Amino acid sequence: MRIRPVGAHALLLDCSDANQVEAWRAELWRRRERGDLDVVEIIPAARTVLLDGLTDPAHTAALLGTWDPSPGTAGPSPGTGGTDIGTDVVEVPVRYDGADLPTVAGHWDVAVPTVVRRLIDTEFRVAFCGFAPGFAYLTGLPVGLAVPRLPTPRPRVPAGSVALAGPYAGIYPTASPGGWLLVGHTDLPLFDVHADPPARLTPGTRVRLVPA
Amino acid sequence: MTGTRPAGPQPPNAPAAGSAVAGSAVAGSGGVVEVRRAGMLTTVQDLGRPGWAHLGVPRSGALDPGALRLANRLVGNPEGAAGLEITLTGCELRFRRATTVAVTGADASVHVGERPGDVGRPLAVPAGTPVRVGPPRTGLRSWLAVAGGIAVEPVLGSRATDTLSGLGPPPLHDGGRLPVGAPAGPPAPVDVTPTVPAPEQVRLELRLGPRVDWFTAPALDRLFGTAYTLTPVSNRVGARLSGAPLPRAVSGELPSEGLVLGAVQVPADGQPLVFLADHPTTGGYPVVGVVVDVTPLAQARPGTTVRFYGPQRGSR
Repeated sequence: MRIRPVGAHALLLDCSDANQVEAWRAELWRRRERGDLDVVEIIPAARTVLLDGLTDPAHTAALLGTWDPSPGTAGPSPGTGGTDIGTDVVEVPVRYDGADLPTVAGHWDVAVPTVVRRLIDTEFRVAFCGFAPGFAYLTGLPVGLAVPRLPTPRPRVPAGSVALAGPYAGIYPTASPGGWLLVGHTDLPLFDVHADPPARLTPGTRVRLVPA
Repeated sequence: MTGTRPAGPQPPNAPAAGSAVAGSAVAGSGGVVEVRRAGMLTTVQDLGRPGWAHLGVPRSGALDPGALRLANRLVGNPEGAAGLEITLTGCELRFRRATTVAVTGADASVHVGERPGDVGRPLAVPAGTPVRVGPPRTGLRSWLAVAGGIAVEPVLGSRATDTLSGLGPPPLHDGGRLPVGAPAGPPAPVDVTPTVPAPEQVRLELRLGPRVDWFTAPALDRLFGTAYTLTPVSNRVGARLSGAPLPRAVSGELPSEGLVLGAVQVPADGQPLVFLADHPTTGGYPVVGVVVDVTPLAQARPGTTVRFYGPQRGSR
C-alpha cells in the first residue's frame, strides 16, 4: 500500500488489489468507530481508499504506517460507519430477463441459461459505491468474465436493472443513462433516504442475486 | 455526467419533486416565500451533506460556503441554515410575512419593492413586498439568506439541491413556494461588509497529485505556465477549462477512485476540469492536482482566464 497526498486535507491509499482495499476499508471504519481516526469521508474504490476531511494528513499518514489490516479478518460491515449490521448476505431477488443476456453469453462463449446459473451461483461483495447514490460495484465474478460496456450508452436504464460491465455487476438504484449490459431486474429498493443506512448495499456487504 | 437527475419515476421513498415544500409550508412558523421569477438557476443550498460519499452521495452545498455563512449571520441565522444560490440572471421573490433578508456574493443590484438595497447588509422586508435580485455587474452567483432559513425537508442531513444526483429540493420554478423557518435570533449588528468585483483573471493555488505521475513533464509546464479559459459548459459539478491540452505519460484507463472538492481531473482530451460542490464521488480519469480554494470559481463567468500556481512550480 502506497500513500499519496491529495490536496491539503486528504490522502489516497493506493492498494495492490481489491482484497487489500477491502481490508483497509474495514480497518479504517473500525479505527474511526473507536475514535482513533478523525476523518469526514472514507471512500473505497477499485484499487484505492480515499480519506477526506483530515485536519493533519501528515500525522494520519504516519499513523497509517503503524496499522496493519489483515485480509480475511475484515469482520462486520458497518453500514454508515456507525451501526454494526452484521455479516449476513443480502439476497437480491432478480428476474433474469435482461436485453443483453445473449450478448453476455456471446462474450462468455456459453448459452444464456449458463450465464444465469453463474450469476446465481456467485457470491458477490460490494467493492465500493459510486456513479449514483446507492449504486454498488459488485465483485465476485471470476477473472476472465469481464465484459465491455455498450459502445453507445442507453439514454435511459430503468431503476432496478441488474447489469454487468468490466469485472463488476451492478444494480441501477434509479433510472439513468447507462452503458452496462442488462441481465435482469429487481424490485428491491436500493436507496431510501429515510433508511439507515440509506443504501441497501454498502461497501463490504456480501450479496447474492437469487432468482425472483 | 451532468443532468443525471432521474427522468423517469423515482424509487418509492425518494423525495418527490415539490413534496418537501407542500409538506412543511403549513407547519413552518416563519411563513412562506413565493417565487415570482426563478431565473436561470436558483437552488436551495446549505453547507451540503458530507459523510455519505462512500454510498455515492455527493457533498453538494453552496459553491462559496463563506458567502452563505455571511448572509446567514447578517439575518441572525445559524451559519449552516439553508438559503438560496442565485445564478447570473437573478430572481424575484415575495415573502408573505415581514422578515429580514441579506444578499452576499456577486455585486448584484438588490431591490426591496422600489427601494434599492445593498449587497452585504441586512435588509428589512415588509410583508408582501417583492425582493428582486438583479444580474450582477461582475461575477456570477449570489446567496440570499432569510431570517429563519429556507425550511424544506432535509435529505440526509441537508436541504441542498444536488444537481448531479437529484437529491434535495428541485431548483426553484416560477410560481413555486418554499417554507421559511422561525427566526432564530436578531440580525447581526454589522455596518457594512465589503463586496469586491469579480476579477477578470482567476489565480488558483494547485497542489500536485495524486496522479501527477500520469502526466509528462511538458504537461506540468503547460498547466502552470499557460492560461486556461472557463468554458460555458461549466456548472455546479465542475469548472471545465480549455487551453493547452495536458499530454499523458501513461495511457489506458485508471480504475475509478475517490474524488475531493477541487480535484483537477484530466479526461482523454487533455482539457482540465476542476470539480466543484456537486462533483461525483468517484471518477475514472487521472487527477493531476487539487485546487486549494475553489471559491473564486463560483464567481467566474465563462470566458474568464484561469491560471494555476503552486509550491512546485510557477509560484511568485
